Amino acid sequence: MRQKVLTYAAPIAVALAAVPFVLPPYQTILLSYGLIMAIAALGFNLLLGYTGLLSFGHSAYFGVGAYAAAFLVKYAGITSIEAFLLGGLIASALVSAIFGFICVRHTRIFFSILALALSQVLWSLALKLFWVTGGTDGLRVPTPTLLGGLVQTTGDKLVFLSRTYYYLVLVVFGISVAVMWLIVHSPFGKALQAIRDNETRAEFVGVEVRKYRWIAFLVSGVFTGLAGTLWVPLNGLTTPDVLYWPFSGEIVFLTVLGGFRTFSGPIVGAVAFNYLKSYAVGLTVYWQFLLGVVLVVLVLALPSGIVGTLSQLRGRLARSAWHEPA
Amino acid sequence: MNLLETRQLKKYFGDTHAVDGVDFSVRQGEVLALIGANGAGKTTLVNVISGLLRPDGGTIRFQAVDVTHQSIHDRIKAGIARSFQLVNLFDQLTCLDNVALTVFAREGKTQRLMTLAERDRPVLDEALELLRQFGLEPKARMTAAGLAQGERKLLDVAVAYALRPRLLFLDEPTSGVSTREKAPIMDIITSIVRSGKVTAVIIEHDMDVVFTYSDRIVVMHEGKILADGTPEEIRRNEQVTTTLLGTSAPR
Repeated sequence: MRQKVLTYAAPIAVALAAVPFVLPPYQTILLSYGLIMAIAALGFNLLLGYTGLLSFGHSAYFGVGAYAAAFLVKYAGITSIEAFLLGGLIASALVSAIFGFICVRHTRIFFSILALALSQVLWSLALKLFWVTGGTDGLRVPTPTLLGGLVQTTGDKLVFLSRTYYYLVLVVFGISVAVMWLIVHSPFGKALQAIRDNETRAEFVGVEVRKYRWIAFLVSGVFTGLAGTLWVPLNGLTTPDVLYWPFSGEIVFLTVLGGFRTFSGPIVGAVAFNYLKSYAVGLTVYWQFLLGVVLVVLVLALPSGIVGTLSQLRGRLARSAWHEPA
Repeated sequence: MNLLETRQLKKYFGDTHAVDGVDFSVRQGEVLALIGANGAGKTTLVNVISGLLRPDGGTIRFQAVDVTHQSIHDRIKAGIARSFQLVNLFDQLTCLDNVALTVFAREGKTQRLMTLAERDRPVLDEALELLRQFGLEPKARMTAAGLAQGERKLLDVAVAYALRPRLLFLDEPTSGVSTREKAPIMDIITSIVRSGKVTAVIIEHDMDVVFTYSDRIVVMHEGKILADGTPEEIRRNEQVTTTLLGTSAPR
């Protein structure tokens, strides 16, 4: 397996590292957004693809990660990315632990709706407590410092974001992929897949179903919160929109678009969706309509997602090559 | 010596008395067959003993300890395992993973998030050995969904057996398989169970299977125990032959 991973991962890692030297800053920043959403999608897919739980409330953890960084700036005057990441991880872990404890007592549509409802509670709090959260105006987050202040922006924000910050995102993305890969291939990951396939039998082989679902929810929320924390300095501002349910829908959609039955599907889906959305916005004021049409066509044409369809095609090609007469 | 004893065990579904004051015992080391017509209460009795359903009355003692109100997990730890009437597997996992997961769970290793499952050689070797015993080693890398019905039944039992139980309930281990396949499946299961000194309770409708492979037979009828005895005693029991087997005794 190690050979297989290195065959695929090494060239992709090299290509991603070369991006700032090959692509213009705007494209690099766009890719940063894609990689950040990929971290959120990886976390989300631990629940959907590996545990069989569809959450319509993952905007909550993304938003908590983003607001945690914004609160550190506003109330503690801290602009260190390390502090942002630590704060985001702690805040999203706390919120997902509490929300998860409530949600995993249910499954199927009841789980989905409960997750959605809880995320909407946070959204309404962010709107109503405007003296704390900035309301609809949101909270600004300046360009952060790195390595405890050793690395700072030299004035050109675009260069900082497309170089230094891109590499930070890339490193966190790489660590996130490695950690999630380890989790889904661990005995714990196998237990989650067993719960997804057959909850009753999982219980009868000694897997404590509710507890394992809760841990999966917690890990999933932390990954999504981490993505929110990384996203906010890139965006420069967080508003209640990142806590609102359509943002949860985007996370669901990009995961399904890439293929939730594969490990790499959500990553590909996140990057692809991010490009699609950005170009649709640039093309027309009716971008939501255009994006909707494109996405409906993609889902109808690729029901198992981009990666799932590619795997099927590769399988068919391999089989036809096998049966071809010499 | 009795491994398991129930006293006045009851499970009601509204007006239906599925299990109605059952005194049931299983002796250490035996292969016991639990038989009865559809709706007699056999599966409900096993569901209550294994912890899937809560009883409405009575007690369950396993190895002289009251387990009536214990969780499924505590009963598994105590040594009670089961397979299911309808095959219950992890269909998208490979056969190896189905068994390995059970070994991981038994060893308390499923809480490990940061170790690769495939690196745990002792667990994988044990899972492969179990698959070999059940004749499924060649299918180790195949998903459970891809197996034939007879193989799925064997894997279902292998998963339960991987828990190293002291008492194993097998709910219709040959249902849905062809007549030709039944004997080989039962040969494998009973030889493994007997060689592993595991006490087994088999729920079965096929009387040839019941009378060939069991040491003792308990007959249930309308939620109660109708008869309890050796295969020869049950064969000669007129009440059983008229209510359950028809007028003619099995061959």
